[in-house]
Amino acid sequence: MKARVHVMLKNGVLDPQGEAVRHALGAMGFNQIEGVRQGKVIDLELAEGATEADVTEMCEKLLANTVIERYEIELV
Amino acid sequence: MRAAVIVFPGSNCDRDLAVAFEQAGFQVDMVWHKDAALPDSVDIVGVPGGFSYGDYLRCGAIAAQSPICKAVVQHTERGGYAVGICNGFQILTETGILPGALLRNAGLKYICRTVGLRVETSDSVFTESYNAGDVIGIPIAHHDGNYFADDATLAALKDQDRIAFSYTENPNGSVGDIAGILSENRRVLGMMPHPERAADEGHGGTDGTALFRALSGVLAPA
Repeated sequence: MKARVHVMLKNGVLDPQGEAVRHALGAMGFNQIEGVRQGKVIDLELAEGATEADVTEMCEKLLANTVIERYEIELV
Repeated sequence: MRAAVIVFPGSNCDRDLAVAFEQAGFQVDMVWHKDAALPDSVDIVGVPGGFSYGDYLRCGAIAAQSPICKAVVQHTERGGYAVGICNGFQILTETGILPGALLRNAGLKYICRTVGLRVETSDSVFTESYNAGDVIGIPIAHHDGNYFADDATLAALKDQDRIAFSYTENPNGSVGDIAGILSENRRVLGMMPHPERAADEGHGGTDGTALFRALSGVLAPA
């Protein structure tokens, strides 16, 4: 089984990199954008018997800093 | 008086911090990140600046899970003293010893220059040689120094007089201009600026010396 973890800055936390991407897209003439948020995708190859609860614990303890980030787990 | 300076792969201010401690009269042990225990009778732990573990995942995130950091957490839980500077501050927030987090600088650029810091409180072993309101010049050198904490945490930091230093001109977007904070028991300091880089005439400034001098004054055996 694989798990894909999406880590994004929480709403309300300034994302300067997303802002820079938004500016660049605007400068290129893409005016159809109102905002950009940039995050991370982490793919985990899970050993047999691993559960979503295990992945949640990994997110809470290491993969995301829940002071500033939220995460979503996708089992694939 | 004994200080322990933690050395991670990628630390680059460890020896500067050790020199600053030594000049203030401390005997310094350099402690490798894979060690599981601090030396006996350590008075203060220094977590230095640098790029521990290449800043992979998040600045300080991997270092916070290292064996020695578990010992540092235990040391602070027992009421031990610690100071984390720059990457060390990031590591202390990642361990949960200090609240909040350090985000990418609002202007996205790595900034390396001397900035003005206002001493917000002299009520700590780190800042008691300064007067509240003093403005000192201390270098910063960071890409991720943009301090963030939620409103409740910020209110607690203010109410409990735990903001140690603030920027006179905010260089990185830090909330409340915060440059350094204290733990609830006031025995742990985390700050992005580098006092150990302003602790010798050769550095071009000595405004950081008072921080180390204050520590040796408090921690010296009676």
